[in-house]
Amino acid sequence: MSLLKLTDLHKSFGAVKVLRGVNLEVAAGEVIGLVGDNGAGKSTLMKTITGVYPVDDGMVRFDDEDVTHLNPGERRARGIEMIYQDLALAGQQDVANNIFLGREPTKRLWGILPSFVDKARIDSEAQKMIDRLGVRIPSIHLPVGMLSGGQQQTIAIARALTFQPKLVIMDEPTAALAVREVQSVLDLIEQMRSEGIAVILISHRLNDVFEACGRIVVLRQGSVIADLNKKETNMNEVVSYIVGAHG
Amino acid sequence: MKLASLLARAHVRAESLAVLIALSAVMAIISPVFLSFGNLFNIILATATYGILAIGATFVISAAGIDLSLGSVLGLASVTGAFLVVNLGLPWPFAIVGCLAAGLAAGAVNGLIIVRGRVPAFIVTLGMLGIARGLALIISSGRGIYGLPEEILFLGQARPFGVPTPVYVLIVVALVAHYILAHTPFGAHTLALGDNEAAARATGIDVRRQRLMLYSLSGLMAGLAGLIFTARVNTGDPTAGLNYELLAITAAIIGGTNLFGGRGSILGTMIGALIMGVLQNGLNLMAVQAYYQQMAIGIVLIAAVWLDQIRSRGRI
Ligand SMILES: Nc1ncnc2c1ncn2[C@@H]1O[C@H](COP(=O)(O)OP(=O)(O)OP(=O)(O)O)[C@@H](O)[C@H]1O
Ligand SMILES: [Mg+2]
Repeated sequence: MSLLKLTDLHKSFGAVKVLRGVNLEVAAGEVIGLVGDNGAGKSTLMKTITGVYPVDDGMVRFDDEDVTHLNPGERRARGIEMIYQDLALAGQQDVANNIFLGREPTKRLWGILPSFVDKARIDSEAQKMIDRLGVRIPSIHLPVGMLSGGQQQTIAIARALTFQPKLVIMDEPTAALAVREVQSVLDLIEQMRSEGIAVILISHRLNDVFEACGRIVVLRQGSVIADLNKKETNMNEVVSYIVGAHG
Repeated sequence: MKLASLLARAHVRAESLAVLIALSAVMAIISPVFLSFGNLFNIILATATYGILAIGATFVISAAGIDLSLGSVLGLASVTGAFLVVNLGLPWPFAIVGCLAAGLAAGAVNGLIIVRGRVPAFIVTLGMLGIARGLALIISSGRGIYGLPEEILFLGQARPFGVPTPVYVLIVVALVAHYILAHTPFGAHTLALGDNEAAARATGIDVRRQRLMLYSLSGLMAGLAGLIFTARVNTGDPTAGLNYELLAITAAIIGGTNLFGGRGSILGTMIGALIMGVLQNGLNLMAVQAYYQQMAIGIVLIAAVWLDQIRSRGRI
């Protein structure tokens, strides 16, 4: 039984058809690499999974439930997290608040005043998450806009992992990272897989994709044109699919 | 150092407080009357009306929006409340209900059009500036509606324990608003929406609902300010609140609210409102003509945003 099942997804922006009938299944604990040319529709496809973009046609099933018409908040609550290509961080808010954005834990102040954001808890849990990821951030009280690109990417990753996700979508999570940090993201993916979390990794670095993923899916002009087992393919074949030179 | 961290915890900018103190010191030197109790009450009393408006402005601007209709909606609320009790003879609570409902309704209409029609807030609230003022003039036939009941006048003119009622109202509303903006998910979502709308949406915040609520809240504040104004001058005045959006927005901005969203503090705004109050009061004491005062406020607004731009460019 698959965790995620996409059936015949269609999405256009005005006259531009970006997704033309995408079908895809992902099992729990599976790590798949999604590759394709610039503009192939990878990010758009992922945003239809998180609910940021509604689809024109087709169905998104997650954990045996039709989530096609749920909003992003409802889908996050069901365990779908995404690290966006542009990171989707609020630059003037601090690190801890960004990690808990949209999911602020609350308590009653003095036992009476309702929905008081439990900042102490946010801070301590954010610090724990950052420590677990083994990154150096000067302080969780800094606005994220003042951090480096790599540090910001780590914050986005921390946010995706804080709420026991079942599926984590990573859109170019290593683009801004130094070699050592890239390796730690790949290690992290391996760790998620062992915990039964499914991962969809989007990357233009095929080396990373081949290292982390068991399955490689190629998107071209809005359709899946290849769905390959890593053991039965090689880099040349994947590249030829990406550029449309295969067969 | 200790003061700085205290201010930071209260989400207040040290600069705003320094400006307020410096300005007050200058006024005290220029005019001996300035520091008298009576005059200080005058300042706070004058501040109360647009201070409440500035609270609405702070919420909306923090979310990268704008509400230009605040002053006009204040006028509409004033007339509506007075009309219900004076012209229609309804019992006094209807003055309160009328003011608040008129403000809330105008704000909700703003919000609905902005959210549903995707019309820029600048245009919608500029339109509402005209609509609400026109409606206020129509309801009142262009004349003030006098003679409000005792119970309503209490809200504007009484001095329980020697302090004018509007001051109590301002303090209570400001504390509640501060709590909401600084310490609740609603406040966090407001700042996130102003900071990065796409991020807010991606993390599951319902940005449409958030916007609708923000403009409704802003309208409600204008309604409350209208009620206080009406009670203070004993008139449902169709010209009430003329140009007050200028005061409210300026107070919010000099209090540290980021015009482009993502940052805002009610306590900061209160300091901003007091700065405006001291400035106006000082100019009055120096017998500067009202025309020049308008100019002064406009200059302060532009200078505040300009300084903020210089600061943020220096940081990047
Ligand atoms: N919000 C939008 N409005 C209009 N067109 C869009 C929008 N988002 C994406 N597109 C278009 O959809 C197409 C696919 O974009 P998408 O971002 O999904 O590509 P991608 O595969 O992620 O590319 P990259 O590898 O460069 O990130 C592009 O032609 C793009 O211009
Ligand atoms: Mg992309």
